[in-house]
Amino acid sequence: MRLPKALQNTSLVIGALISLTIILLAIFAPYVTTHGIEQMDMRNRFEGPTLEHILGTDNFGRDLWSRLVYGARISLTIAVISVAVSAAIGTTVGLVAGYFGGWVDLVLMRITDIFLGFPAIVLALAIVAVLGPGIMNVSLAIIVVAWTEYARVVRSTTLVLREQNYVQAARAIGASPARIIFKEILPNAIGPIIVLASLGLGTAIISESALSFLGFGLPPPAPTWGWTLSYGTRFMRDAPWLSIIAGATIMVTVLGFNLLGDGLRDVLDPRQLSRGGAKAGKAK
Amino acid sequence: MLSYVIRRLLLLIPMAIGMVIVTFGLLLIIPGDPAAVLLGQDATPEAILNLRNSLGLNDPWYVRLFDYFAALLRGDMGRSIFQNQAVSEIILGRLGATIELAVVALILATLIGLTLGVVAAIRQGSWIDTVTMLFAQIGVSMPVYWLGLLLMLLFAVQLGWLPAIGRGVPLPEALLAAVTGRPQVLWDSLTHLALPALALAANSAAIISRLVRASMLEVLREDFVRTAYSKGLRQGRVVVRHALRNALLPVLSVIGLRFGALLGGAVLTESIFAWPGLGQLTIAAISQRDLPLIQGIVLTFAIVFALVNLVVDLLYAAVDPRIRLG
Repeated sequence: MRLPKALQNTSLVIGALISLTIILLAIFAPYVTTHGIEQMDMRNRFEGPTLEHILGTDNFGRDLWSRLVYGARISLTIAVISVAVSAAIGTTVGLVAGYFGGWVDLVLMRITDIFLGFPAIVLALAIVAVLGPGIMNVSLAIIVVAWTEYARVVRSTTLVLREQNYVQAARAIGASPARIIFKEILPNAIGPIIVLASLGLGTAIISESALSFLGFGLPPPAPTWGWTLSYGTRFMRDAPWLSIIAGATIMVTVLGFNLLGDGLRDVLDPRQLSRGGAKAGKAK
Repeated sequence: MLSYVIRRLLLLIPMAIGMVIVTFGLLLIIPGDPAAVLLGQDATPEAILNLRNSLGLNDPWYVRLFDYFAALLRGDMGRSIFQNQAVSEIILGRLGATIELAVVALILATLIGLTLGVVAAIRQGSWIDTVTMLFAQIGVSMPVYWLGLLLMLLFAVQLGWLPAIGRGVPLPEALLAAVTGRPQVLWDSLTHLALPALALAANSAAIISRLVRASMLEVLREDFVRTAYSKGLRQGRVVVRHALRNALLPVLSVIGLRFGALLGGAVLTESIFAWPGLGQLTIAAISQRDLPLIQGIVLTFAIVFALVNLVVDLLYAAVDPRIRLG
């Protein structure tokens, strides 16, 4: 009965369609693009959308559509890496803190609070500044703050789950804490983690494009969305569409993952997800 | 209440210590010799040696961490590598502009968010609700620097109504000038503030509106609201006096947390609108890899954020007896 209910959820369906489209475009980039990302066409500079250049061209006559599609590969790669790693770290911290409680919980949650206490973009900028640019460093800069969200949510779910009968039963027959945490609690806490991961993809894309917008993401010639947008602002009077389209691409992609996350939240058990804190605004 | 305040204040100490350690850790994660990395390829061996000494790199890290703490307690954040000035002085000179921008944005976000959230909630399921929540969804997904550019393009470049970049006289001084008979000074400050503050506020306004709506929907279902209606009170009165008052509690804590996001967003907004605050300073410091300055800025952001949350938590306790007494 899950499927029909899921399909009735507008957020979920639209979000899934947008996300899937972007992911497929990124995967099949060589087949859906018309030009190379650095291929110049000096006769057709600053062109508005035409049949040959469906989203127009920049000051070197480079094809905007092709650059954005390849840019999706960068954004999605960084988003997936940073979400996977932050989810793994945050979930582990949350499970351990929630299950053991006491001083373990106290120490882990204070550490979480400390990292949550930095504005994400500021800490990310500082990390990229000292480590230098690159896919791994940009991902790391995002992970440093992003894991805290998972830790907080998974901890509160774990606090509820550890009192359940089946967990008590597992403990009674002598299962080890590691077994209880990963075999009994984690599978039942996975719903909120999936929702957070979907929303996290959107947040990661915003952070990555902010870094590259400021010039601290992957260096050119990498066609990052943020840099394409920032570069376009130099031609705001002659070719405003460069920045406008690049920004719209970021927005639509993030919107897709956010809608997907919201939809998943409604379809998966919503009661597990009621939570306060930074993202509480996303709770419908 | 007093014991809560004391407990909450004491909690700030380990938090601040942790933040200092994280900030200090930035120096430790630099690959290779930090002095050489920070000064770049053209640095002379002499300059590198000098910087090694001034950063204290010859000492083991725990000695440096201790020295860093000791200096911070004296209010000393070190000296900038590239500007011949104390980090704390540079930051203090910029902090006001950022706080002004963030506070005005927070007020805007709260007003917009509250209005939209309440309207959407009392018209739940109608087209107003749908449109409002669609806007909220877009607001959450929109990169702040892109919105800033669009606003600038429309209101400054196309329509020419508002200045595109820069800042007028600081708001407190401008208010004073307005009181003493020069309202045009205040007007100038406000017109400079309008676009960056609106761009910065949008994301938080969207988040707050969704939260207010959810919170209102819950409260509107409560018995006391039905009672108020059945007493024959008008809708406006019930919504404002009965429902909104109770729906605001969960919103308050989020408004505090949003301030952190606004400080972060200010970095991006300031770089677009050439707003002379900490955000612009951050970008400059990072371009030059001026580590003592970067560390000072990161720590300042964290501490301002922590203090704002402290104030919000105390307000929350003052409003909600369950916390005060619990």
